[in-house]
Amino acid sequence: MTALNPVLTKTWANPQSWTLASYEQSGGYAALKKAAKKAPAEIIQAVKDSGLRGRGGAGFPTGMKWGFLSPPDGGPRYLVINADESEPGTCKDVPLMMASPHLLIEGAIITAMAIECDHAFIYVRGEVVHVYRRLLAAVAEAKKAGYLGRNILGTGFDLEITVHAGAGAYICGEESALLDSLEGRRGQPRLKPPFPAVKGLYARPTTVNNVETIASVPGIIDRGAAWFSGLGTEKSKGHVIYSLSGHVERPGQYEGPLGMTLRELLALAGGVRAGHRLKFWTPGGSSTPILTDKHLDVPLDYEGVEGAGSALGTRALQIFDETTCVVRAVARWTEFYKHESCGKCTPCREGTFWLSQIYERLEHGEGTEADIEQLLDTSRSILGRSFCALGDSATMTISSSIAAFRDEYMAHVSGHGCPTDPRASSLFAVPATKGTGA
Amino acid sequence: MTYTDEQTTRLAKDAAAIIARYPQARSALLPLLHLVQSEEGFVSPDGMAFCADRLGISTAEVSAVATFYTQFKRRPTGEYQVGVCTNTLCALMGGDEVWDSLAEHLGVGNDETTPDGKVTLERIECNAACDYAPVVMVNWEFFDNQTPESAAAVVDALRAGKDVAPTRGAAQVCSFKEVSRVLAGFEDGRAGEGIGAGPASLAGLEAASGATRTEGAK
Repeated sequence: MTALNPVLTKTWANPQSWTLASYEQSGGYAALKKAAKKAPAEIIQAVKDSGLRGRGGAGFPTGMKWGFLSPPDGGPRYLVINADESEPGTCKDVPLMMASPHLLIEGAIITAMAIECDHAFIYVRGEVVHVYRRLLAAVAEAKKAGYLGRNILGTGFDLEITVHAGAGAYICGEESALLDSLEGRRGQPRLKPPFPAVKGLYARPTTVNNVETIASVPGIIDRGAAWFSGLGTEKSKGHVIYSLSGHVERPGQYEGPLGMTLRELLALAGGVRAGHRLKFWTPGGSSTPILTDKHLDVPLDYEGVEGAGSALGTRALQIFDETTCVVRAVARWTEFYKHESCGKCTPCREGTFWLSQIYERLEHGEGTEADIEQLLDTSRSILGRSFCALGDSATMTISSSIAAFRDEYMAHVSGHGCPTDPRASSLFAVPATKGTGA
Repeated sequence: MTYTDEQTTRLAKDAAAIIARYPQARSALLPLLHLVQSEEGFVSPDGMAFCADRLGISTAEVSAVATFYTQFKRRPTGEYQVGVCTNTLCALMGGDEVWDSLAEHLGVGNDETTPDGKVTLERIECNAACDYAPVVMVNWEFFDNQTPESAAAVVDALRAGKDVAPTRGAAQVCSFKEVSRVLAGFEDGRAGEGIGAGPASLAGLEAASGATRTEGAK
């Protein structure tokens, strides 16, 4: 049994955990003081040695990403932190910034020192106003304490952090759409290359990193790359937050090394809700193919989940028990992608629209067997043919749910509608439906 | 422009402060739109013209941006935006029932406002609080673990003009205009209010300390 190992979440229960005083009392900003004595290349090397990979879903090695930045040419370069957490099931960065905004800010300062930039941005989704308040206040506190502003800790290094509130658009979690949005435009993805490391914000070298990635940096500097790479598995190093939600007894944020299994995590979370059993789950949010009870022992690391035909994504483990209609679940996700498609490219804009229509037919008992094939066919027309990953993502739960639960799709056709009582999956199911299912 | 001189002067000062945060002025457009939304409760043609004027871009360019983002409202809305998450996980766990009962209770549909101008009801997408499902947001503050009854009690209290505290957030829900001003980057002094983390956020910490552990998944 792999043990949990709280690192980023460790201070969340402390009184006034979001304040500078509380953060410093628990050892905060010690890493920054160490980093201030290091050369930029040393910091980058430490992050490379740690094996830290991006926690926003893609899993790209962080140190390598920083290393790709065009060499300093005297002009500005930027750090942009992606705090636009919007992937269905993903709910780790928001509690982190609510409870421990200084951890993110300390990571941002160290990262800015490493990549030699003097202006960083935190792009936080606009729909979490209290998180935005906490970030603004934390930046002001850090500035007052001399951790931000001019000549930080006597190093001669200057840094400003601007906390920027988005305005409601899932697509802005895609890094190039985020940059367009930060430039005051519609959030639509850019053609790559050029990658942000070469031409990012204002066409200047930019690194875009997820909140959890940046928040992992202080620990690496403070406790050493070897400590970090000692956690996790062979190719997936370090600690991560696993977010359990859905039909589980104690949903929440569970932090441990990469490579834990769902069986282990469920045991820690009290299991699937009492009287029910696991039907399907997402390992990394709605953009990753669903898995079933056959995959309880898959190591939750980048390679393990890929080997099971899905993706680790953001470790957004959404748990659904046997009361859940898989068609209803995927229909709702499909509606989400339709709503959030930015409209730039045709396969995604039109494809998600038509997929949603088909699901509506199936749910209303007007679907045919050909509709199921059409879902797969339309998905194939989107996958790999869209401008960015949003289109691809929309197809993931569709094809995987048909592969695992074709019978249930067929039941919607033969039974002219959904065979499942929609109330049974609810937490406050009416007594008549309580305890039905398995 | 139909803003009064007083409004124009005051907003111009705020706009200058916003623009000063960015290396390039155009980056200020989203916070500027939050700012004009804080003035009228929605992004009006006047508000868009103001943004265009401040940034030296056309109103068409501002409109293209304002219409892209769901948080910008283009017609007057209620004092409280009540959003029910009906994305898959919340919906299945009871969000659909919360939505149905609230719509019936208030007598309004999606994106409609109660006749007293207090509440605008909205279906919203995932708000990054899945471990607290079903979730309702009021003016972008968290109301966790909702039921049809608790959600009805929240909107009743809001309509009665009572102070209502979110589960995780400020001591009370501010008006839509006030919250829009915060989102434009102006602190309201409420960052210290409320809790650091809710019970689900701390579930892993508790489990790690060995407080609660059961072996074997079902």
